[in-house]
Amino acid sequence: MAVVTFVSHGGERHEASLEAGRSLMQIATNNAVPGIDGDCGGEAACGTCHVIVDPKWSEQVGLSGADEEEMLAMNPERRPTSRLSCQMMVSTSWDGLTVELPEFQM
Amino acid sequence: MTLQRAVIVGASHAGAQLAASLRQEGWNGEIVLVGDESALPYQRPPLSKAYLAGRSTLGELAIRSAEFYAKQEIQPLHATVQGIDRTAGRLVLSSGESLAYTKLALCTGARPRRLRTPGADLAGVYYLRTAADVELIREAATPGGRAVIVGGGYIGLETAASLRALGLEVTVLEAAERVLERVTAPEVSAFFERIHREKGTDVRTGALVEALTGDSRVREVVLSSGESIPADLVIVGIGVEPNTDLASAAGLLVDDGIVIDDRARTSDPGIVAAGDCASHDMARYGRRIRLESVPSAGEQAKVAAATMCGKSKEITALPWFWSDQYDLKLQIAGLNTGYDEVVLSGDPSRDRDFTCFYLRQGELLAADCVNRPRDFMFSKRVITDPTIPVDGLPITLEHR
Repeated sequence: MAVVTFVSHGGERHEASLEAGRSLMQIATNNAVPGIDGDCGGEAACGTCHVIVDPKWSEQVGLSGADEEEMLAMNPERRPTSRLSCQMMVSTSWDGLTVELPEFQM
Repeated sequence: MTLQRAVIVGASHAGAQLAASLRQEGWNGEIVLVGDESALPYQRPPLSKAYLAGRSTLGELAIRSAEFYAKQEIQPLHATVQGIDRTAGRLVLSSGESLAYTKLALCTGARPRRLRTPGADLAGVYYLRTAADVELIREAATPGGRAVIVGGGYIGLETAASLRALGLEVTVLEAAERVLERVTAPEVSAFFERIHREKGTDVRTGALVEALTGDSRVREVVLSSGESIPADLVIVGIGVEPNTDLASAAGLLVDDGIVIDDRARTSDPGIVAAGDCASHDMARYGRRIRLESVPSAGEQAKVAAATMCGKSKEITALPWFWSDQYDLKLQIAGLNTGYDEVVLSGDPSRDRDFTCFYLRQGELLAADCVNRPRDFMFSKRVITDPTIPVDGLPITLEHR
């Protein structure tokens, strides 16, 4: 089973299994990961599914696209590997991926 | 020990979020999520877009998976609630059965306002609220067919865009002098009218529907001007009415929607409500407002869940909305009611991206952002907390 780990701002870890064909945001909400709301349901319209990808993984999972970039630009917690998890279609080859959550989703 | 059972009436955005939040807030008892549609809670905004266009399945629109509800021990119940017995603490279902509750949440949503003109009950006249509604429209929407949309609001315009993409001839009839009149500035209305006309939609404003005529199906829409517009299908998008019947019958205070306070409590503090059915006294705007918005439904649901668990959270988030039409993403931060000045960034008469900032006495109140996510995020932050320093302002605000 391929596993992704979400690390909350306070350091709490939540593991979830990676299901191909879903977005990372859906994996998080389906596994009740606190701190990922996904208010708009995956339309890159709200910015409430922000995650910071472990830099070791950023090459494999990719950096933010233009739409995400625009949504993240104003975010004070934004980091170079920030992504909107609704825009990340997961692959089972991401086994071991770790992403951090910001303190606030906005 | 007696069994604790939270019952949520209504299984759409608010109900689904409330159920999930109850577990996050530490509710240990049963959770029953009662809905009158057979599917698990699904995303409604894509109905007029990807789902109508046939680009997504109902399964893909599920807000959360079946496994989620199983793991979280949330029981979906397909049933219609007929009444609330507050004294006994139980619901009466239309099957005749009853369902006892310890805590009750009403997330009953809203239903489309019906067209009252003669002929409105003809076959071929549709409303758009549920997946089942859209499946009927999809069946009737054959390429080359003629669709008439009554109402130039968000639903009407989104539907127009989707039907054009499916190859139909589309006419939008708006009774007011401009589309989106209730919600946007004239500049923004003119922008959307231009875009839809460029895409080949016949947008008519000041167009009052007098009657629908036909035989076994609707064939024509007759306007008060006397003109008739041929129609193979008619879609009515003239707003919604909150589902407050249960609440009223149970003696809860209802005024437009089910009246709730900052903690999502109804006039019976043991019963909470959230979503399109709820009317909330918003300190930010100094009046009671019933919001029809997915994000607000989610926010109210989170607060309602905390209240049910004996915690204290308040509904404070800034209202916001979004709408997708063609390749345009409109994001709206805040409510513009009471604005006295409009500042445009970009030219809506020419461009395909711009922002319309709404100000009151120099202070930012709201923003309509078309293909400008950065302006949207900026506006959301600044309206929420005007003291936040933000670099790279798209506009200069006097009070800064």
